[in-house]
Formats: sequence, C-alpha cells, structure tokens
Amino acid sequence: MLRFALRRLALMVPVLFGLSVLLFAWVRALPGDPARSLLGERATPEAIVAVNEAYGFDQPLLQQYLTYVKALLQGDFGSSIQSGADVLTTFGDRFPATVELALTAMLFAIVVGVPLGYLAARNQGRLLDTAVVSGSLLGVATPVFFLAILLKLVFADWLGWLPTALRQDPRIDATHITNFYVLDGFLTREWDAAWDAMLHLALPAIALGTIPLAIIVRITRASVAEVLHEDYVRTAESKGLSRGTISRRHVLRNALLPVVTTIGLQAGLLLSGAVLTETVFGFNGIGSYLFQAISTRDFPVLQGFIIFIAVIYSLINLVVDLLYGVIDPRVRVS
Amino acid sequence: MSVTLPPAAGPVGTPGGDPAGAPGLVPDQPGVGLWRGAFRRLRRNPTAIAGAVIILLFVLVAVFAPLLTSYQPGAAEDAGKVTPLTVPGPSEDHWLGLDRYGSDMWTQLVYGARQSLLYGVVSTAIGLTLGAGLGAIAGGFGALGGRVGGWVDNAVMRFVDIMLSVPSLLLAVSIVAVLGQNAYAVMIAIGVAQVPIFARLLRGSMLSQGKADYVLAAGALGLRKRRIVAGHMVPNAIGPTIVQATLNLATAIIEVAALSYLGLGESDPAVAEWGRMLVAAQERFDSAARLALLPGFAIAITALGFTLLGEAMREALDPRTRR
Amino acid sequence: MRLAPIPTRSGLIGLAATALVLSGCAQSDRAESEGGSSEQSGGTFLFAGSAEPVTLDPFFASDGESFRVSRQIFEGLVGTEPGTADPAPLLATGWETSEDGLTTTFDLQEGVTFHDGTEFNAEAVCANFERWYNMPRSAQTEDLTYYYISLFRGFATGPDAGDAIYDSCSADDDLTATVTLNKPFAGFIAALSLPAFSMQSPTALDEYQDDAAGNPRNSEYSTERPTGTGPFTLDSWDRGQQVTLARNDDYWGDVALVDEAVVVAIEDPTARADALRSGEIDGYDLVGPADVAPLEEEGFQVVERDPFNVLYLGMNQAQEPLDDPMVRQAIAHALNIPEIISASMPEGTVPATQFVPDIVMGFNPDVTEYEYDPELAEQMLADAGADGATIEFNYPTGVSRPYMPQPEDTFNVIRSQLEAVGLQIEPVADAWSPDYLEKIQGTDDHGIHLLGWTGDYNDTDNFLGVFFGAESNEWGFDNPELFDALSEARGLPTPEEQEPLYEDINAEIMDYLPGVPLAHPVPSLAFGPDVDGYQQSPVQDEVWNAVSVQE
Repeated sequence: MLRFALRRLALMVPVLFGLSVLLFAWVRALPGDPARSLLGERATPEAIVAVNEAYGFDQPLLQQYLTYVKALLQGDFGSSIQSGADVLTTFGDRFPATVELALTAMLFAIVVGVPLGYLAARNQGRLLDTAVVSGSLLGVATPVFFLAILLKLVFADWLGWLPTALRQDPRIDATHITNFYVLDGFLTREWDAAWDAMLHLALPAIALGTIPLAIIVRITRASVAEVLHEDYVRTAESKGLSRGTISRRHVLRNALLPVVTTIGLQAGLLLSGAVLTETVFGFNGIGSYLFQAISTRDFPVLQGFIIFIAVIYSLINLVVDLLYGVIDPRVRVS
Repeated sequence: MSVTLPPAAGPVGTPGGDPAGAPGLVPDQPGVGLWRGAFRRLRRNPTAIAGAVIILLFVLVAVFAPLLTSYQPGAAEDAGKVTPLTVPGPSEDHWLGLDRYGSDMWTQLVYGARQSLLYGVVSTAIGLTLGAGLGAIAGGFGALGGRVGGWVDNAVMRFVDIMLSVPSLLLAVSIVAVLGQNAYAVMIAIGVAQVPIFARLLRGSMLSQGKADYVLAAGALGLRKRRIVAGHMVPNAIGPTIVQATLNLATAIIEVAALSYLGLGESDPAVAEWGRMLVAAQERFDSAARLALLPGFAIAITALGFTLLGEAMREALDPRTRR
Repeated sequence: MRLAPIPTRSGLIGLAATALVLSGCAQSDRAESEGGSSEQSGGTFLFAGSAEPVTLDPFFASDGESFRVSRQIFEGLVGTEPGTADPAPLLATGWETSEDGLTTTFDLQEGVTFHDGTEFNAEAVCANFERWYNMPRSAQTEDLTYYYISLFRGFATGPDAGDAIYDSCSADDDLTATVTLNKPFAGFIAALSLPAFSMQSPTALDEYQDDAAGNPRNSEYSTERPTGTGPFTLDSWDRGQQVTLARNDDYWGDVALVDEAVVVAIEDPTARADALRSGEIDGYDLVGPADVAPLEEEGFQVVERDPFNVLYLGMNQAQEPLDDPMVRQAIAHALNIPEIISASMPEGTVPATQFVPDIVMGFNPDVTEYEYDPELAEQMLADAGADGATIEFNYPTGVSRPYMPQPEDTFNVIRSQLEAVGLQIEPVADAWSPDYLEKIQGTDDHGIHLLGWTGDYNDTDNFLGVFFGAESNEWGFDNPELFDALSEARGLPTPEEQEPLYEDINAEIMDYLPGVPLAHPVPSLAFGPDVDGYQQSPVQDEVWNAVSVQE
C-alpha cells in the first residue's frame, strides 16, 4: 500500500512538470497584454512597454520559463500583476473559501444522495424510485447558475431566510485563524460567527451540490441494485440474516465503491461549478478569482493557482484510490 | 459544470484499467445482436420514450423554426422600445412580448433551439472525435501491450490527466480567450473540454475488452493484434461512447449557457441563444421574470431529454440489466 | 456655465463649474450631526464596492476601490467642494500662486496630527513631496505611480528626470510650505485633490514603508499601517473578506458618527443589489441601471452622482468609409440620442454635445450639434457614395463602467438606428480588458466603437488631452493643428488663460467630428433606508464622517 502510494506520488512529478510547461505555453499564448488590462483604457504605448519590461515579459519565452521555474523551486510563486498580492498568500486566503463551499456541497450531496439512492434501489420500480430518479435527472439538466438564481429568488427574495452574498456578516467581529470560517467559529468558540458562516454557505452549497447529488443518487441506486442481485447477498438472505445486518455488512460496503470514485471525480467538476456559483453569490473563493485572472491575463496568478489545483486534484485522486484499498480488499494487491 | 459520470472510468493515474471493475460494459456476444436487443428494450422503456419525445420536439422546432414564426431571429427591430426598466410584455404582435434587446421573444426561443442543437452537436462531435481518437490510441496500444504499447498508453493518458486537472469550464474560457468571441470559438472550447471524458471512457472500455473471451480467442486463433484492435475492440467498445455522447449533448447545451453567463459567446448580443437570453434577462428578474425563466426552462428541458435518452440507452446496452 | 470662485486667497477664479445641487435623497442636515453624538454607539456602516482595494498606500494606487478606502484614512492638502469637482481647502486652508505659476505657498491647517501622533506641519508636507519626487527607479512604472507620472511627468532620477515638473519644497515656518515647480502647471492645485497625493505620516513611512521594495503595494505599511489624518483609521484588512475602519476620535474636523466602517467586495452588481435587499450591507456603489427604480420602489435610497464622464461613439478614420467627414456626419445625424439613453442608461442621464461634461472648464455651449434626422443621414450617405456600406461595430462585453453601464444595450440600439439608415452593421464583441482595449488602442483593426472616460479631477486636459492629444490607433487620424492647440493650452500657467483656448478646441473638435459624444450617464449608489448623510461627489471624493446608520 505504501509502495503503491509512493509510486503514485512519483508519477505526479512528470504530470506536474508537463503541466507547468503546457500551462506556461498556454498562458503566454493568450492574446492580449496584461499591462494593458492593468493600466486601463487610457494607457500610453510607452507605459505598456515599461510595465512589460518591469515584469520581464519582454524576455524570450524560454528564459521567462526558466526564471519562473527557478523561483517556483524556491517556493516563490510570484505576485499578481493586477493587485500585487503574493500569489501564495492570496491562494491561502481564498482557497479555504472554495474548499469550505465544495466540502459543504459534497456533504449535502452525500448526506442526501446516498440514502435516497439506497431507498430508490430498495424500492425499485415503485413511485419513490421513479420520483428520485426523475428528480436526479432534472438536477443534472439544470444549469448551475439558473438553479442559483432560482434559489436566490425563493429563499432570499421571497422568504428572506438566507443571505445571498459574502461568507460571513462583516459586522460580526469574527477571528479568523484558518480562513475556514465555520471551523474558525468552532475553534474560537464564537458560535454566532460559525452559525452565520453556515447560513452564508447554505444557498451556494445547495446550488453547487445539486449536480453531485444527482450523480451520487444514481450511482448509489445502480450500485446497490447490482449488489442486491449478487450471490452473497442471496446467501446471506437465505441464512436468515436480518435486513439491517445484510445492508450494513454486505450491501452498503460493496455498493460504496463506485460512489467513492464518483465523489473523487467530482472534485474537478466542483471547481468548474464554483466559478459560476461564486460569481452568482459574491463568494470570494478561487473560482471567481481564477476567472478574473484569465480575463485580465494575470499570468502569475493563473500559473500558480492552476498548479496548486492540479496538485490538490491529484492528491484527491490518490486518496480515493487508497480508499479503495480500505473498502475493497481485492484492490489492495495492485 | 455537470458532467455525467463515465461508467467505466477508472481513477486517475492507474494504468491498466480500473481496479474497481466499476460497472463494466463487457458484452460477451458482440455485434448486431446487442444493438438489436438494446433497441427492443429501449422501446419498452418509458424513460427512453420521454427522452426521445423531448428530443424529437426539440429537433422539429429547431428544423422548422422559420415556419413557426414570421419574425427574424436577433432582429432587435424594437430595440428603442426596451429601457432598463421596462420590456414590452405580451401583445397582439408578440404573444410572448419582446426580449431584452427588442426582438420577438417567441422567435428568439424557437430559433434558440436551432442554435442549441447546432452548438451541442458540433461541439460534441469535436469532443468525440478528438477524445475517441486519443482513447483509441491509448486503449489500442495498452491492449497490445509490450513496452511500446504501455509507454504510448501512459503518455497519452498523462496528457489527458493534465487536461482533466484543469477545470473544464476554465479550459473552455481560456480557449475562447485565445480564439475570440464567435460561434466557432464556443463550439471548439466546449468540444475540447469534453475530450478527456471520451478519451478515458473509450480507453477504459477497450482495455476491459482486452480481457474479454473473444479477444483472447482471436489471439489464440493467431489474428494480428492490430486487426483485433481495429476490427473487434473498437467497434465493441464504442457503445458506451455513443451513450456518453448523448449525455454530453446535454452537458454541451448547458456549457454554452455557462460561457454566455460569464460573458463569452457570440458577438451579437441579440442572438437567439438560450444561455445568452437567460443571462441578459437576469438583472430584470424583478420586472420581467419570464425573460429569464423561459430560456432557463428551455435549457433544462432539452438537457433533460438528452439525459433521459442517454441513461436509458446506457441501461439498455448494459448486459447486466438483461438478467 | 459660469465659474464659481473658489474660497481661497489664491486669486484663482475657479477651475470650473457650477456647484450642482445635491440630489434629493439621503442628505441629512449636516448641522444636526454636530450635536456631539460621538458618545453613543454609532454602529457600523457596511459598504460594498466591486473589488478589493489593491493597496492602502494611495500613492501606489490608481484604482477606485483603493481610493475609496484611502479617502477615509488620508487627506490631501486640497479637497473638493462637496458635491462638485472644484478644488477646496482641506489640510491647506489656502494657497497663493505666483504670477508665473511656478511657486505656490500653502497655509496649513493648525492642530492636525497623524494617526500615529506625528504632527502635521510644513515639514511633513515637504517630506511627502520629496518622497514622491525621489521614488526609486523600481517604483517609476505606471502600474505603481501612474498619477505621479502622468501629472508630474518625471522623478529626480530616471530617463524623464528632465521633464519633471516638481522642483523643490521648503518649510517657511511651521504652518507655511512653499512648493516650486520647474514649469507652469495650471492643473497643479486640482491635481492635488487626487487621493494619490494624500499627506502621509513621515514617521510611519520611515518605519514601515519601503518604496524600494519589489512590491511596495504589499508592504507592512501598505497593508497594515497606513497612517494619515483622516476621520477613520485602519483597524484591519482581512484579505478576501473585508477592510475594517475604526473611527478616529481625535479627528481635527467633524468626528465620524459611526464607530466603524467596513468595506467589502462583491463583484457582481446583481449580487450587490441582493445583498442590500437582504440587509447584509448598508450601501453599495455602481448600481445597475435596471436596479435603480426597483430599489427605490422597495424603499431603498438611490443617490445619483453628478456625472463627470462622457460616453462616445468613436470612428476610426483608418477604415473606409469613416475617413469621409460626410459619412461621419451622416452617422451623427442617424443617431437618436434620447432613445439610446432611454434604452441603455439610467434615468437622469443627459445627452452629450461635446467630449467634456458641462462642469469642466472650456465647455462650449455653442458647438455644432447634429440633430437626429435619418432622412438627411441617408441622403448624406448617398452623396458620399456610402449608402449600404458595411461598417464594423466594436463593443466590449463583461464590463460596466460608470460612463458605459450597459454596453451591449447601447450597441444594440445604436445598431438598429444605423441599420435604419441603410448601413450594414457587423458586430464585433471582445472581452473588455485587455482584448477590447488592445484592439481599439493597440491596433487599427476596428470600425466604430464605444468608449469613454471618467475624469479624475477638474482639468480639461484630463478629457481632451487624453482623447486627442496625439495621433492614436483609436481614432486613426493625424491632425497636427488639433494636437498643437491642445499642447499650447496645456502649457499655459493658469486656468483663466486656458479657458478660451479650450472652448475653441471643443468647437473645432465637434466640427471635425472624430466621433459622436453620446451621453454623460449618471452613476448611482444605493443605501438602506436607515443610512443618512452620504455626500456624493462627481469625482468620488466621498468621506464618510457624516454618515450615520440607525440600527
């Protein structure tokens, strides 16, 4: 298992190297001048040249790349052209927001999705099953931002139950240690701050979590249905084991395997969804920031953020694969 | 963004197929029989019928759009009548009223179907061609085995991994940034963003084919490996890929809307495109909700149609459901 | 427009403009607020902008969001008359400029201290001027010191040192400082009203700021310890979330009514409106035109800023048939500007007759105007042999500027008007920045386009010079007469001498018609019903000491 993990970690190195090259080439291939977007609509040509010189964008591409990698190896990710903020620091400020959002969305999707999928499978062909399945299909078919708009309309505008922007009420004098606001609230025992952060998470998380929810429902349903047909379940039934025991010991355990894969695969998709969700809800995470970085050609931010994301994404996949080993002993050999 | 899970996709970076043996699609009796059986099952499946009806309606509207309205799409002939506060509602001339830019709303909705169909089909075709190409190369070489085979498989899949690790929407956004704001850029962007799914899917199902009895048998009979790949494995592995393409049509339609939402799309703001209409109307939700709701539901229902049919096809093709 | 005198000893008769009547709502009686209510809890004023500040050292900033915050912390020698763009005394109680325009003597406000206790006096003033002038080479780029470069033209070192306008500063006594320039600069006083030229504590700068750092916008001073004389001090800047400002109880002027002010960033205008509705924020800037009336109906207050901007339809003479003056005039006659305004701009927006708003010096009421007359337009196009011509129409997407709130809608209605006179319009959209700007200003690959400008401070050159000061890709024409006239006007020592020249130039431009000025859109702010005392400013010189929020 350890060897497997190490081998996989080693495999990440060429992927990341390839990524850094491709990323660099791609980012520089973006037409348009970062200096122009920095200086705005009345920049003089001389000023643009001067700013490009100051950032070294006038150097040959290979040299720029080497400089970048050299700095990278020393842990220096550079700073944003637009704001001058250190890329690493900004990532540290914003990434927790997106993770908090994504985890909440995922939690919502799992907590609601797995039981629903299980129930649907147990009641295959009945009304409950049909309702769950159609609901999940509709969930996949609704654009994230349309759903977000509808949620906002119902829960914020009409009912007035939930806030629609920001991560926390700025009037609350909350202490932030980790920048995971809910966690911070618990750590500092500022319960109102934690509660407020949770309220702010509710709508964006539901909007973002709906598609994973739909997918998890369907995967769970299919997988449970399949396991229910397996011989060992029939054997267990014929042995007279109680339904609860069978569910726990045999069905769920075996059916969870594909569900875990799905959850892992959703990570990247969640980030795409986060771009939209964060924009709709004015949630200052990395999704909306990355989109701005593309629009303004903020090269250091783009390069840095995407490398971080790729590392994290690969790690998530590694964890998912390792989880396989825990859930399914048959896989451990590989 | 929504992407339906490819059933045979293994976890990233595990060469040699998926350790989970996740819902594999390994038909033991390949060929015509499978498809015929699948079609028979589809006809009895209400899900499939519902999906097919939606898609049929959608295609009919798209094809016969000019017969359904007397106005031109994106004409914005009444641009001067729309103000930041008011959009003329239903009237005798315009039974759904005007849209945000002063075109006939009904006309925009009808022609929007055409636009969505075009975007969806072209971009999925791009994604399918490129993705299936990469997947076939990787899967083929992987199945052939040997040093070179493994190496090629590995290289291609690492490339796909890299693509996967960049969120698809951001990939699409940056492609539009490179190619500029026009219809082609949007189609290519959405197509390219789909490449990894198809590539992994086809490779995965080809690799599992590699262990199927008929391949082993063909090998034992002394058939050349290349012929086995081209003549047997690809045709047999393509089934799930087609299913995925159907599902991806839904995704593509939604992604077009998402790009529009982020302000990237065609050059003409008045264009009859659902995503664009929804986004443009969003800030008028209070005064004219229909402008956002109608295209929003149009997108959702169309995407639902493709999802329903795709899911039903997947089930029908899955030999396990025949038990 | 007649000029209003500035209440100073300077003898300057107003850089321009009529003091416009403040818009009706949300203006509390200022006298009322002087009742010393500072003992009771004033609560929090929570305001949303569209982005985070870049830095809190205003000298290194050039964006509105940084200035919004630094205006609460810092003050300059010169401020603006409330509700106008006209210079007014602030930390300087008055000033006197010599006949040749080269020396200006400032009398300073007595009894002012910086937040760190450092005394504000003539030496502090000179320390600031000297700091700017002696910026290290690494900071002499437009991304760091845009305003100093564009107004003072050069530093003590560097290739442009010979062009530097600033010469020296001397502290005559504690409360009198004299600044000497190398050449006359009529906009000097007006320029000092920019937040970039705020007075900062020399002690705090010494200790915490390093102008020579790789990125001085990120230093300890710029993020944690900005030290000025303003009504608020920085409490904390929680990046990605909020800037918290605390009331400065020792403020030399009217002490702020609220205990603290918090600024957050919400990028999307619709999200800002929703946040106001749900009570999450007390107010926000850059209200979308479609939100104005609904918000007012729901009981929120909308404050309109007096427009200090212009939106125009540019025409690139490098492309046929736009090089033909007759075609340009035909396009101007084809435009129904009131319809364009009603279709895409907030209520209260006035049509533009020239490239400056009427409160700017040199505004000429008698320029040539081109009436809406589609038949005449068609006729002229036919005469010019351009009937049915295809014209590329460039417009930006994904942007809302105060002078251009909804470019898509503006494009859409103009297109329909131009098509009505028989022109074929080919829409070309690009993302605002950098794609669109690059195309318009970096290449000649564009036809007619939408663009504009919001003035920084009251100086005609800040509009006309910016647009037409030299040959450019944007307009594609070479008109040495115009360039020379602008350069001559810029070099005159006083605004009074400049005024007739600028009036002539405005008339000349409107005859030449390089583009059609469309409108001066009204930018709006919105507030909850409990907010009182927000004073708008056309140049966004908005200080929040009179703002109160009833909890």
